[in-house]
Amino acid sequence: MNIWLVLILGGLITFGMRFSLIYLLGEGRFEVPETMSKALHYVPPAVLSAIIFPELFYRADALDISLGNTRLMAGIIAILVAWFSKNTLVTILVGMVALLILQLL
Amino acid sequence: MSEARKMFLEGVRAEIPLLIGVFPFGMIYGALALDAGLSTSAAQLMSSIVFAGSAQFVTTQLVSENAPGFVIVLTIAVVNLRHMLYSASLAPYLKNLSLRWKALLSYLLTDEAYAPSIIKYEKDGLQPFSHWFLFGAGFALWFNWQICTALGIFLGAAIPEEWPLDFALPLTFIAMVVPVLKNRPMVAAALSAGVVALLAYNLPFKLGLILAALTGILVGTILEGKKSSGGTL
Repeated sequence: MNIWLVLILGGLITFGMRFSLIYLLGEGRFEVPETMSKALHYVPPAVLSAIIFPELFYRADALDISLGNTRLMAGIIAILVAWFSKNTLVTILVGMVALLILQLL
Repeated sequence: MSEARKMFLEGVRAEIPLLIGVFPFGMIYGALALDAGLSTSAAQLMSSIVFAGSAQFVTTQLVSENAPGFVIVLTIAVVNLRHMLYSASLAPYLKNLSLRWKALLSYLLTDEAYAPSIIKYEKDGLQPFSHWFLFGAGFALWFNWQICTALGIFLGAAIPEEWPLDFALPLTFIAMVVPVLKNRPMVAAALSAGVVALLAYNLPFKLGLILAALTGILVGTILEGKKSSGGTL
């Protein structure tokens, strides 16, 4: 298959999946069941944690639960800062500075 | 118009830390795409035609292995399955828009545009111009992605590895998700999804991410159901 055809089909499929439920659930064709609309509120915490955890716990494709895992330590500090400050910018800055300092130690 | 502009700029602002985190990935993608044998124009245009980081990385990998075209297309589909979750989750907040807006926002719907937007929508609810927030976040990411792809193509992956710019991504997601964890079902959803993501890390095509997300959603929903049947809500 020609690479351009691959890219166009890949792009169409990606767009189709992104558009799918915005279209189907948004046109009022059918009522969204209550359980489902309840369930949808858990998409953000579930997806974001599913992205965050491996970023912190996996180093070079291996699970690393030790004090030597600088990203895990900096991540835990950031979680604590986020919990108490509820401030995005402060959380990111403290987390980044923590990682840089831990990397130097 | 000024209300729309304000929302747009708010979306751009919320996206800025994610732009920093994504930048090195875009450059690495650009450099890898050329190494894999893609032409400069195919490498660059993949960033606007497909516009999905992980799928683009997998595609360059498969191209370098001379995988058949249909395998690449199918792989892109599986890697991007998680976008259907985002689509469902945003649908209630976009339902009053014209088809053209829905299509535009769908094209711009990435992990990094979804995260700040859904956090804002769940907090503030549906507002007259709130779609401009997603547009601002999505457009900023799109623009940034085209630039860092181009820099990767022409300069190579020029950011030194010891600069942990990419760590801005999980940090921003942490800053967004932690304030949402206000009750037990939310915390349980986040923790169960995180643990399953670790256990299922080795599944290919980001399937671990989907499995983890579905687990978290299920756990949260079940716990919420129990709570409200107890009469407390």
